[in-house]
Amino acid sequence: MVYFALMMRNSILKSSVTATFLLTFILNPFNGKSQTGSDEINAIHGNFQIDAQYYNPDSLIGAPNVPEKMLSNAFANINYQKGKFSAGVRYEAYNNVMQGFDPRYKGQGVVNRFVRYQDNLLDVTVGNIYEQFGSGLILRTYYEPGLLYDNSLDGIRVISNPYKGVTFKGLVGRQRSFFTLGPGIVRGVDGEININEALDSVLKNVKTKVILGGSFVSKFQTDADPDFHLPENVGAYGGRLSVIHEGFNFFGEYVMKENDPNAGNFVIVEGDKYYSYQKGDAVFLSASYAMKGLSFLVQAKRVDNMNFRSDRDANLQNLIINYLPATTKQHTYLMPAYNPYATQPAGEVGGLAEIQYKAKKGTLIGGPYGMDITLNYSQANGLKQNGISDTATSSKLYTTNYGEMGTNYYHDFFIEINRKFSKKIKGTFMYAHQFYNKNIVQFGSPFAGFNDINSNIGVVDITYKYKSNSAIRFEFQALFRDNTDTLNLGSWATGLIEWNPNSHIFVAVLDQFNYGYPDQHVFSEVNKDSPLQTALEDAGLVSIAKGMNIHYGLITAGYNSGPHRISVSYGKQRAGIFCVGGVCRNVPASNGFAISITSSF
Amino acid sequence: MKKLLSTLALVSAFTFSSFAGDGDKIPVATVKKMDGSKVSSSTFSNNGKPIIISFWATWCKPCKKELDAIAENYADWTKETGVKLIAISIDDARSSGKVVTDVKTKGWEYEVYIDENQDFKRAMNVNNVPHTFIVDGNGKIVWSHNSYTEGDEDKLYENVKKVAKGEKLDH
Repeated sequence: MVYFALMMRNSILKSSVTATFLLTFILNPFNGKSQTGSDEINAIHGNFQIDAQYYNPDSLIGAPNVPEKMLSNAFANINYQKGKFSAGVRYEAYNNVMQGFDPRYKGQGVVNRFVRYQDNLLDVTVGNIYEQFGSGLILRTYYEPGLLYDNSLDGIRVISNPYKGVTFKGLVGRQRSFFTLGPGIVRGVDGEININEALDSVLKNVKTKVILGGSFVSKFQTDADPDFHLPENVGAYGGRLSVIHEGFNFFGEYVMKENDPNAGNFVIVEGDKYYSYQKGDAVFLSASYAMKGLSFLVQAKRVDNMNFRSDRDANLQNLIINYLPATTKQHTYLMPAYNPYATQPAGEVGGLAEIQYKAKKGTLIGGPYGMDITLNYSQANGLKQNGISDTATSSKLYTTNYGEMGTNYYHDFFIEINRKFSKKIKGTFMYAHQFYNKNIVQFGSPFAGFNDINSNIGVVDITYKYKSNSAIRFEFQALFRDNTDTLNLGSWATGLIEWNPNSHIFVAVLDQFNYGYPDQHVFSEVNKDSPLQTALEDAGLVSIAKGMNIHYGLITAGYNSGPHRISVSYGKQRAGIFCVGGVCRNVPASNGFAISITSSF
Repeated sequence: MKKLLSTLALVSAFTFSSFAGDGDKIPVATVKKMDGSKVSSSTFSNNGKPIIISFWATWCKPCKKELDAIAENYADWTKETGVKLIAISIDDARSSGKVVTDVKTKGWEYEVYIDENQDFKRAMNVNNVPHTFIVDGNGKIVWSHNSYTEGDEDKLYENVKKVAKGEKLDH
């Protein structure tokens, strides 16, 4: 099997066409046969998604002119599984890629294919691999189509369970970079032991559960730099511990990385960015206590020089090896998610605390149906860097210590109440206060020239279920901000009405109203020489910018049946940062018609 | 030419899906229990009674609405049909620590697993959460549904009752 798999890999690397044909070839013999072995899985399934948008230029909201008029993103996965054997391909097409995504996604092709064999002892995959060591601090490859994030490793992975509770993993490969592979080689090993499972005869009455793990990852990239001596091999290693005792949960992981000067690990000395030759480290701690109706969660994280990529010149979301989870509240409503936070890999210290309480029904607070209350506070700061020397090639540019924090990047106080008032009416009420250091979080530099943003946000969300399977939902959201730096700042009032006449159809009308917009002076200053300002001037709209209030109206309708879903929308969408799972993308404003189809089969 | 061949191969791969259809076994992937131990999806079983598999996340409001709505009647559902709900959280390291606090605070009596790097989600071809499946007494997936709107839980239970009686489902 392994021999066959290795043969597969060699062919696969040569061309995606070969890969697809090989898969077809593999699948063919099974096509004519009836299902063999009734207890064994023998199935082909898949899913696909198509998003397309027609763009109207709209200088008022800063929607750019799109030469293609219409842009689309699409993908389809096809997975085959027979017994212990599985294989899959993914085809992606961008003609051209939609606004807000990396334009290096251009064209189409088979970008992912794998063959895998799994039994109780051994699990071998060749092709595109998704893997995570521990919490991902030194290695996590994953796929998030909504963000066009895919850092899969094209290579070989072996997972083995030689003894109960013991898992070993090893992998080697190169990472996906758009329609090609990155220049660096990534290698890694990981081991984990579940003490209670491994020693189950001795520990069967012990209520405390302990899992230990350790990992090592290394990347190789040649040094072709004429000026600097750059390390070609960069190693990273770490350990983790999980302890669970009844309602108490603890997870901790600490990792270190050898010195890794790259585009993302930098120091700023007198306004200039330099490669940092400093070692990196990161710690992530999570502890909770939970019982029925009440829970506490505390998380802390500190990262220093942890930008880890298989190409030292890669930027944006390209060729990242590790995953640094943000320890801030993940918001779902539009307004509190307006200024989302993402971990700063160059240096950050932060954490969160959350209390959840469910008031029982029939109590004074709980009322007839019970009530949920969530309180959350999170904060992220920079590291305080001591003794920054002015020599760019010094191997130790600064020191930090665990007792000190640098400037505040973000904080968020959040309270949410969920309450059911009757069988037909329920509501969510939310308030948040946020601080957002726009220069750092959005531009990665304290010198980007924007002001910090303080906001107060309120949300009321009422659902009225007027009969079984039919409901109307109203959302009112307000975002009050003290900052009027640029377009899309100022304050916002948002209203949404969503109607589900039955379980298949929904219609929603959304209006996001931006008021207290920056006055013309500030606006012109900030957007000097920007295409937006030029566009406004060309359109003779500059004078309107003063005290301008803009409505972003959007109507959406959708139909879903089983695993299939189609939705269409028409209207204006504001510019913004949209995040899933801690990875964010900047999306420019748009005005036009959009369609989205998703399906699993 | 290369692109054309790719497309042709892809299309021919598609045509094979016709023989598969509904009623296949749960694909194999490893997920984590809330105590951190690893479990294979091939061990999911309920003694010949139906299983609901619900993909959710701590940050997904409709998912939690659906699981809350089911929780109100879960004891009755279990009594009447023997059904068991397996909730698969797709939270990654950022929020997987919140799975246990959410589940316990809400008092959900479900069997909960964490699919931290989404291996099971990919194997089940789930695009977005919430996505809900019904598995019959023979361990075969017979129904699935993406998204949640108010009252969907009633429809879900109608289908669970049919599956428990061994009846065929229409979509």
